[in-house]
Amino acid sequence: MKSAVIVFPGSNREGDVLRALKSAGSQAEKVWHAETELPQGTDLVVLPGGFSYGDYLRCGAIAGRATIMDAVRAHAARGGLVLGICNGFQILCESGLLPGILMRNANLKFICHRQFLRVERNDTAFTKAYAKHQAIDVCVAHGEGNYTADEETLKRLEGEGLVAFRYADAQGHITQDANRNGSMNSIAGIYSTKLNVLGMMPHPENLIEDLVGGTDGRGLFESLVSSFPRAA
Amino acid sequence: MIRNDVAITPELVKEHGLKPDEYERFVNLIGREPTITELGIVSAMWNEHCSYKSSRIHLRGLPTKAPWVIQGPGENAGVIDIGDGLACIFKMESHNHPSFIEPYQGAATGVGGILRDVFTMGARPIAALNFLRFGEPDHPKTPHLVSGVVAGIGGYGNSFGVPTVGGSFGFDKRYNGNILVNAMAVGLARTDEIWYAKATGVGNPIVYLGSKTGRDGIHGATMASAEFDDASEEKRPTVQVGDPFAEKLLLEACLELMKSGAVIAIQDMGAAGLTSSAVEMGAKGNLGIELDLDKVPCREEGMTAYEMMLSESQERMLMVLKPGMEKEAQAIFHKWGLDFAVIGKTTDTLRFVIKHQGEVKADLPIKELGDEAPLYDRPWVESPKQPVIAPDSVKAPMSEAEALLKLVGSPDQCSKRWVWEQYDHLILGNTVQTPGGDAAIVRVEDGPKGLALTTDVTPRYCEADPFEGGKQAVAEAWRNITAVGGLPLAITDNLNFASPERPESMGQFVGCLKGIGEACRVLDFPVVSGNVSLYNETNGQGILPTPAIGGVGLVDDVTVNASVAFKREGEAIILIGATQGWLGQSIYLRDVCGREEGAPPPVDLATEKRNGDFVRQLIRSGQVTTVHDLSDGGIALALAEMAMAGGVGAEITAFPEGFPLHAFLFGEDQARYLIAVDEDVAADILYEAGAVGIPAVTLGLTGGDALILPGQQAISVKQLKAAHEAWLPNYMTGKA
Repeated sequence: MKSAVIVFPGSNREGDVLRALKSAGSQAEKVWHAETELPQGTDLVVLPGGFSYGDYLRCGAIAGRATIMDAVRAHAARGGLVLGICNGFQILCESGLLPGILMRNANLKFICHRQFLRVERNDTAFTKAYAKHQAIDVCVAHGEGNYTADEETLKRLEGEGLVAFRYADAQGHITQDANRNGSMNSIAGIYSTKLNVLGMMPHPENLIEDLVGGTDGRGLFESLVSSFPRAA
Repeated sequence: MIRNDVAITPELVKEHGLKPDEYERFVNLIGREPTITELGIVSAMWNEHCSYKSSRIHLRGLPTKAPWVIQGPGENAGVIDIGDGLACIFKMESHNHPSFIEPYQGAATGVGGILRDVFTMGARPIAALNFLRFGEPDHPKTPHLVSGVVAGIGGYGNSFGVPTVGGSFGFDKRYNGNILVNAMAVGLARTDEIWYAKATGVGNPIVYLGSKTGRDGIHGATMASAEFDDASEEKRPTVQVGDPFAEKLLLEACLELMKSGAVIAIQDMGAAGLTSSAVEMGAKGNLGIELDLDKVPCREEGMTAYEMMLSESQERMLMVLKPGMEKEAQAIFHKWGLDFAVIGKTTDTLRFVIKHQGEVKADLPIKELGDEAPLYDRPWVESPKQPVIAPDSVKAPMSEAEALLKLVGSPDQCSKRWVWEQYDHLILGNTVQTPGGDAAIVRVEDGPKGLALTTDVTPRYCEADPFEGGKQAVAEAWRNITAVGGLPLAITDNLNFASPERPESMGQFVGCLKGIGEACRVLDFPVVSGNVSLYNETNGQGILPTPAIGGVGLVDDVTVNASVAFKREGEAIILIGATQGWLGQSIYLRDVCGREEGAPPPVDLATEKRNGDFVRQLIRSGQVTTVHDLSDGGIALALAEMAMAGGVGAEITAFPEGFPLHAFLFGEDQARYLIAVDEDVAADILYEAGAVGIPAVTLGLTGGDALILPGQQAISVKQLKAAHEAWLPNYMTGKA
């Protein structure tokens, strides 16, 4: 499997996700935002965390219009896999690949902490290594992760089963306390209609080793790699 | 001939922070009246912040060498060898005055400045820490300052992409008018790829890199060298504005350029901006520097030479390039969207020449600007010795359990989660120990090595006895690194004191420095970088003497470490080190009894070393994974923290006779640790300790869901946690 990690000016978790991809068995390389094409044979595009363009405009607004994003949209339209984490999720929303928007956290502060998520479905390329409704322990680090969408969009996401992860407690219960950024319906991540694009605020790439907090994030990368039998 | 179009009046000299005799010295040096630009330059070079004129002679007494020290003080940051061809580059620096005036930007640019110091030398920053002190919680300004400073530190570090892994945070009324914001950065480089500020070669191009120059921060370093008064907030325009995005780009561009082999010397533009960076590069290399300010990328129109030379706009660098490499260098900077301009050249004249719009605006002897700065041996008086407080003279006003519950939920001892959750402490995926323990541990690349990092000082000890307090600050940093299994290697010091022109505060400075030097020598823990921040006082009221120590240690194998959390039930809790029940200057005396008095605990450095080496060996041999050093609040507070971190209670059954229980539980004797181990191993450890003469005694066992102190009502871990976690969030939302 071959992954392309897009680097925008201000991206800062590209190294973290490269490490997670490689340790799960994917080939992975960085691709500069000013490129017009993805590397030949790209299976997965990753938009990493960070503060693209300083987040000085709406988060992700400028990166969503970067040159490389046309190639990313075309890749998605062909059914190719796209994963946006944190700032990457914001970019996906700004580029039209996912609906809704990430507003400032309810407490108006940046928050970095360990966080349990409930895996809403395990029949996608991103989550098959998990059990349905498994509570996984990952982390968040964001100032604007408060998922917000209009009523109709929210209804569609729920109706079509497009919510990927929700903020939960350690037992997998969806509670108000667990939803610290104030996201609607405790949404931590969503899929596109065809389930090939995933945007999520939390960072599975930082929880891949026991030494550094735990391994619950590995499942996501292992799921992806196992989706491609010709894995390198 | 240099034209002088502004008359230099005594008022103008005073506004530039120069004393009449200092101005005199300058006029004698150059043999004529200076231009306004020259006056600006010398005020920037000769202020306390840049010249260390009051501190230099005392700093000379600090040990700065060890076989593993590659670069000691005098460069942008200190450099130590950590093996495998890798170097750790680190420094701590203050941004106290700007943070008081504009907390968000003041703190943010403090972080930006220190990160730049580290990557200027070729290192990629891998961790940030800080040391913060605010005024008393009830002071009307305090919540606003806390909120702004914490957001500023997070705002800069999070965006830049460095994990903020540790720090120190506290309150005291003595910081009401002068908060402390000290930021520390730690980076990694290859030992053969370290860059210095020393320019070489005549006629080489001097290149300006990074963001454009604006009018922000003019005279920032001069402001940092004066006391505050009620009008200080009018100085807000001298606070710089940070742009972490530009800094991140600057980091990537600089590291890429260094790899290309085009760089001869590099210096970041920090305090006193273009002036200080250019003078430093030339003076270090025995070269003159000629700058053409028409080439400087400016953000605003109509900037004068004076303004450009004194601007402290952020995210800028100065470099001496290899001739002929300009094109290649420019391409790299343009790729990252940053300014790149050749603005001058090195010369063999040893003059610092500034040209602007066809005129020479300054022509000064470059070496003398640094070397001939005033040097003061300021008068100082020794701090009066405080009486030793006998343990049995302190009456306990409440039960030990009540006192402990009060302390865990007090402003200084409560959980600082509210603070460090605003810092991204997990980015880069190498944070092995997160904030809240004795020292943070970050893995070095893919391991197995790691760095143990901490910032420490106990200001109330420093005031009561500067020499012992200085020793204790170093010893505590050393102990915190030891307690996670690290071998302490070197420190950076951030010396925050009041006005050096008052003999009492100068005496505190001198005493603390002697103590620091003594501890560094005995513990083999040299000073490799640092910063002096004097004049921390408002309307004549000085801060507590606060020499913050940033310590770095090496963990050989990050998988072998210790943390404070109780991990299992039924483990023996062993106290290492001797206890006299020292209550003078203790947290118990201050926060439970309401008395701020007495001599602080003495630090026996040989004992410190012996006990610490013993504990480190227990960790490194894999025998012990639960360790906590004893400091504020003594045994009782350490037990509570261990129980809360692990969610496991403990019962203390044994305590020595001969002095009151509260002195045993809350005394702050030094060189002590608590460890928790399997009962089978405990006997061996007690035997080993006994064999080398180290006091070690079993106090009780871990287990249950409460902490039970001898003869006291049990306190549930839940209750401890509730009190511990509640205070700061409640305070910040106006509920405390």
